[in-house]
Amino acid sequence: MKESKDLYESQKLAIGYWIVAICLFGAQLVFGLIISYQYIQPEFLHKFLNFSICRLLHINSMILWLLFGFIGGIYWFLPLETEREVVGIFLGKIAFIVLTAAVSIVVLVFLLVQIGKGEMLTLWLVTEGREYIEAPRWADIGIVAVFSIIFFNVFASIWKAKKLKGILWVLIVDLLAIIGFYIAGMFFSPNISVDQFWWWWVVHLWVEATWEVLVGVLVGWVLMAVLGTSRKIVEGWLYLEVFLIFGTGILGLGHHYFWIGAPEYWLGIGGFFSALEPLPLVAMIVHAVYDAGVHRLKTINKPAFFWIVAQAFGNFIGAGVWGFMHTLPQINLYSHGTQLTAAHGHLAFFGAYVNTNLALIYTALQRIRLHEGSILDGTLWKWVFIGLNLAMLGITAPLTVAGFTQTFVERAVGGSTWQAYIDAQSHPWFKESMIWRMGFGIMFFVCYVLLVADLLTIGKTKATHQQ
Amino acid sequence: MKFGWLEITLFSIVLVVVISAIFVRGKNWLEPGFWGVFAIVSSLVMFSILWLLTFDTLKKISFGSARVPSPTVINHKIGFEYDPDKKRYMPTIGEEELFFGKKWSEQEATQLLTKGKLVIQSRNCMDCHTLLGNGAYFAPDLTKSWLDPKWQTMIQPMIGVATKEETMAKWLQNPEYYGTWQRRMPNLKLTEEEAKAVVGYLKFMSAIDTNGFPDHFGKSPAIF
Repeated sequence: MKESKDLYESQKLAIGYWIVAICLFGAQLVFGLIISYQYIQPEFLHKFLNFSICRLLHINSMILWLLFGFIGGIYWFLPLETEREVVGIFLGKIAFIVLTAAVSIVVLVFLLVQIGKGEMLTLWLVTEGREYIEAPRWADIGIVAVFSIIFFNVFASIWKAKKLKGILWVLIVDLLAIIGFYIAGMFFSPNISVDQFWWWWVVHLWVEATWEVLVGVLVGWVLMAVLGTSRKIVEGWLYLEVFLIFGTGILGLGHHYFWIGAPEYWLGIGGFFSALEPLPLVAMIVHAVYDAGVHRLKTINKPAFFWIVAQAFGNFIGAGVWGFMHTLPQINLYSHGTQLTAAHGHLAFFGAYVNTNLALIYTALQRIRLHEGSILDGTLWKWVFIGLNLAMLGITAPLTVAGFTQTFVERAVGGSTWQAYIDAQSHPWFKESMIWRMGFGIMFFVCYVLLVADLLTIGKTKATHQQ
Repeated sequence: MKFGWLEITLFSIVLVVVISAIFVRGKNWLEPGFWGVFAIVSSLVMFSILWLLTFDTLKKISFGSARVPSPTVINHKIGFEYDPDKKRYMPTIGEEELFFGKKWSEQEATQLLTKGKLVIQSRNCMDCHTLLGNGAYFAPDLTKSWLDPKWQTMIQPMIGVATKEETMAKWLQNPEYYGTWQRRMPNLKLTEEEAKAVVGYLKFMSAIDTNGFPDHFGKSPAIF
């Protein structure tokens, strides 16, 4: 077994980020299970931990753990790319501690204080009450400050190593965009149309543009590490992906502007460009399958390889197909704000981002636990891989049926009123779907526990062998 | 801006292709650099167009514009009717009516809506409900809630006050007590002032031109 002193300090920091990430992943699932049960039994934890609180914790812990995972990936690969220790690593460690402490405080406030009076002070200290970016304003400022330190680490290291080109160039620009777009979500407007206009700048331009590019970078690194793909191939595909992601995703933002009061031209622009948003995801599939084929599936890291292939397909099916399903305005007029969005969200976040993070962590585990030239493999990870993927499909399918029921009963036929909503929620298709979803949610949680067990043990047993 | 969506779409694509084509002349299309040019050009062009559209949109959705009414719209009767020219439902702003027994000046109305928006955010409404269709799916969409027939057919007789706005304000202060089905909205400790502000906000929101969303709200013969 390798000594951890072989690792760069930056890589040790990456492990710290991943440990917090996996803990937050667990929290996300616990709150997810609570709200899925509240759909079946609405009195469960009523008044103590209402749906709204568990739901905001469910989605916020997801955003945070994915971010922690990505940051871990950056700190892991950066010294390998620049062939030197990260510049300002001490600052980076302080940023990690500050970020983790801030996250803990925000979660405690969400759990214990929950809501506040209708005044600005609540927005600064308790919650901003805007889906996905509920974190209070002080935390927003903290997040931008911490991100600036991380950006400094990345930029200074690349600058000193004189490697500002190729993949690292994309990484730098993308990190700047991620920080910049977050700032768009940090002000209050009494005009809800203006509010939602900027709010989507953060939510969409993160999840459907800059995060996708970041994942393109991280997946490229993993492919080079586990398959030995050449840098030239990875760079070529990455540029093509950036071209397609930003070329379609930036104006694809328009598909969120259909019904918020924005002008009619967004119906056409948003519909057109978001319909093209699956293109880069197809490119990613071709890229992954092509590389896997060229190397005849020979890999030094089975779990990372499988997760990266699952990522390519999951991203395309979850974000691409399930997104396209309801992105055209003529369909979205009826499907907007139904469980169809939840179905798409679950499969897309899992496919695109969860899978990337798992591949990153397995890639690192091989370096940490094995001698060079050994293959990381085992038995448990296969069960986890099959289980998590099946469970996620099992969550998505009933949500899709539930969304269809809402689109049909509540929106198209019922005209979207309070009673129409109740009618759809009481429909057998909807109610049965909620039970199926809960069942697969439990299965997902069991697989998560096995995943943690596997992450703690893989590579330590004799299941590995020399190449 | 006088351009339609098709002109903007075609213009942005042609611009990306033409500028990229100029810069990649002589480059081999299998070299990464070839696609690097496309990546840079498409990002810059698309982002610039987004900025231009953002300025245009912000102008068209400011308070008092044709799409987002002035806060004083709460002094008027509001409806949602099919527009035969546009071929979709449009909010209608009708004759004056008193709101909580008075006519609100522009300043008073703006203050009320600002308060209402702060209350909506501070109580995390969006993590159960959707507003303009965005949020969580555990409770009904509130975009046109002001126009929901249930306030008058079910809630008003239950509470027994004279007007719709008073009905809504009373209900919001004690939603658990006046339950409508097995999923009960929790009591979010709204003061009377806060509840009035939220009702004002819901009335204002129902007058925003949302391009016809939600289609035929409250007009379904199947349900009411």
